[in-house]
Amino acid sequence: MKRRDFMKNALVFVSGASISASALEFIDPKKVLADNPDLRWAFLVDTHKCVGCGFCVKACKTENDIPMGANVTRTWVERYVTKKDGKTVSDSPKGALNGFTNKKIDQNHSGMLEVPDEDIAQAFFVPKLCNHCEIPACVQVCPVGATYSTKDGVVLVDRKWCIGCGYCIMGCPYGVRFFHPTEHVADKCTFCYHRISKGGNTACAQACPFEARRIGNLRDPNDPVAKAVLNQRVGILRDEYGTKPQVYYLGLNKEVH
Amino acid sequence: MVEQVAQMVVHGEAWTMKDLFVLPNEYVYWSIQIVLYPYMTGLVAGAFVLSSLYHVFGVEKLKEIARFALVFSFALLPTAMMPLMLHLQQPLRGIHVMMTPHFTSAISAFGIVFMTYACIVGAEIWFVYRKFIVESIERLGSKAKRSAIESLLLPIYKLISLGARDISPEAIHADHKATKILAGIGIPVACFLHGYAGFIFGSVKANALWMTPLMPVIFIMSAVVSGIALCIISYAIFMELRKWAARRGKNWLLPDALVHGEMTVSEKQLREVQEHEVTMTSKYLLMFMVLAITLELLDIIFRGYTAVKSWDILRDVIYEHDFVKIFVLQYGIGNALPFLMLLIPGITTRRACLACIFVLFGVLMMRWNVVIGGQAFSLTFKGFMHYTLPIIPHDIETFKEGLGGCLLVGSAPFVIFYFINMIFPAFYSEEEEAH
Repeated sequence: MKRRDFMKNALVFVSGASISASALEFIDPKKVLADNPDLRWAFLVDTHKCVGCGFCVKACKTENDIPMGANVTRTWVERYVTKKDGKTVSDSPKGALNGFTNKKIDQNHSGMLEVPDEDIAQAFFVPKLCNHCEIPACVQVCPVGATYSTKDGVVLVDRKWCIGCGYCIMGCPYGVRFFHPTEHVADKCTFCYHRISKGGNTACAQACPFEARRIGNLRDPNDPVAKAVLNQRVGILRDEYGTKPQVYYLGLNKEVH
Repeated sequence: MVEQVAQMVVHGEAWTMKDLFVLPNEYVYWSIQIVLYPYMTGLVAGAFVLSSLYHVFGVEKLKEIARFALVFSFALLPTAMMPLMLHLQQPLRGIHVMMTPHFTSAISAFGIVFMTYACIVGAEIWFVYRKFIVESIERLGSKAKRSAIESLLLPIYKLISLGARDISPEAIHADHKATKILAGIGIPVACFLHGYAGFIFGSVKANALWMTPLMPVIFIMSAVVSGIALCIISYAIFMELRKWAARRGKNWLLPDALVHGEMTVSEKQLREVQEHEVTMTSKYLLMFMVLAITLELLDIIFRGYTAVKSWDILRDVIYEHDFVKIFVLQYGIGNALPFLMLLIPGITTRRACLACIFVLFGVLMMRWNVVIGGQAFSLTFKGFMHYTLPIIPHDIETFKEGLGGCLLVGSAPFVIFYFINMIFPAFYSEEEEAH
């Protein structure tokens, strides 16, 4: 081969190769087929409005077939009581399935703790659920890819593929995952994906009498949740883990994480 | 609003006791089988590293125990998988890890690393025993009258010889070379096999006790320590059995007898070999123990010194709740005591074995304190979870993840070794063959 031919061929090859490589970039099938840039589900919790009735927990268990008698739950409500000496005690008996009907704080093995009314500086409730993180630790650690993120930002579990190793339960910094008592696979909140993707509301948000819980679309500038996240002072839980949670809290206190 | 509903026990509830503020879904999900998993993997890796000390680095003094360690490592291999299968909620889907691995997960490496490792150990045994296999085929094949076990062994040997029956000096030389190469590759793979088990824990960012880059290294060191210790004990036990059999002129448990058709070793010979091997191996054990303890202490000191947010709860767990398990059982009985026992001059087999039992116990406690200790505190950092090992099972779950499952996994390698030893006699040596 002559030097001129070699140079010519090399030029054709290099330019040809670079064109095809960039073409792959242009038509990333993932982006073209599945990405929905108009939709990103997010959740807004207004802790000021929560009264700890536990309706959300009951509604969730009913809607999603989590046995009432099993001590696991996809969503729960925590109670925080800050005393005048600055110390905070908290509890969540049965995840607040039956609401907070007792003034005493459930300290599990240490029994019920009574805090006299006059000692209380402030008390409030914080509903918790899966944060549907943008960078979910659970998805990263699943050894078989049974847990995954949808393009509209919901983290789901494939019950037919989960091997039940529990690594995702260990990997979640928020403790939202558990083993389903009858399905024997990892389970957690789905933002009621089966409802919201058909235009419905989540079971918990629908059951909440005070609008303390709301689901919304962050990409829609007119969505009340998106507006609140943008215009109000919201907080997220445990941002130090770098998971970018998508459940936003109004009135988040420093004791809550 | 309070309704009466049928209570249902969820996974983990049977052995978890919650104290103070713990989230509703938190339980000790990873229990005894996950304690045993790194323990068994560690034993596999450790036994292999011990056998490689001879094959790769030519530590002649470890020749006898090296062959035993290799076969024992092979017997331990399937049992490293057992705890995982007993732990999975969907054991039948366990194969998904190998078929559809999700590579961002540390566990997905299991399929690849484990299979690679199994192939290396299998191949190395094949090369080490190829001469023996071919000779056995000839010996058994030429026999006019074969016993039942011999007629069973012959087709097995024929099959595993894979048709390679050349035992010319060149071929044997090639075998030795292959063994050396395989053992050489095997060391990093064994370390990787166990290092990744450490990585499974060390990479869980949600767990304050687990998350440290030191975890894989700590796991590798303690793996080598436990592997060597188990080899010393098992070697000594099997040698005792052989001595016992030799005294009575029994053939069983004596592969030499199978090879030569008669006894070629005396009890005195056996005793000398045993003393020599056990005391030599103990010296290597000491070296790895120093490394393991140094790293573990570094971890605790570093956590205390940097004292990040989680240190408050970790301090409670380490110095109060788990004080006895960590400082008395793990560091005291499991590390300091055997360390002194091995250090005092004039070591005997008996003392070495006793020290090794303490070492094995110490490493088991270390695994326990990592796995269970890591789940002893809540994500809220304001509550604790206490774990009780289910002793008497009342359903399949409390058997699998209780004392029953624990004993099942613990005894399996010895049962497997018993059978593998019939095919690949772990105590057979080529010198005896030359007599």
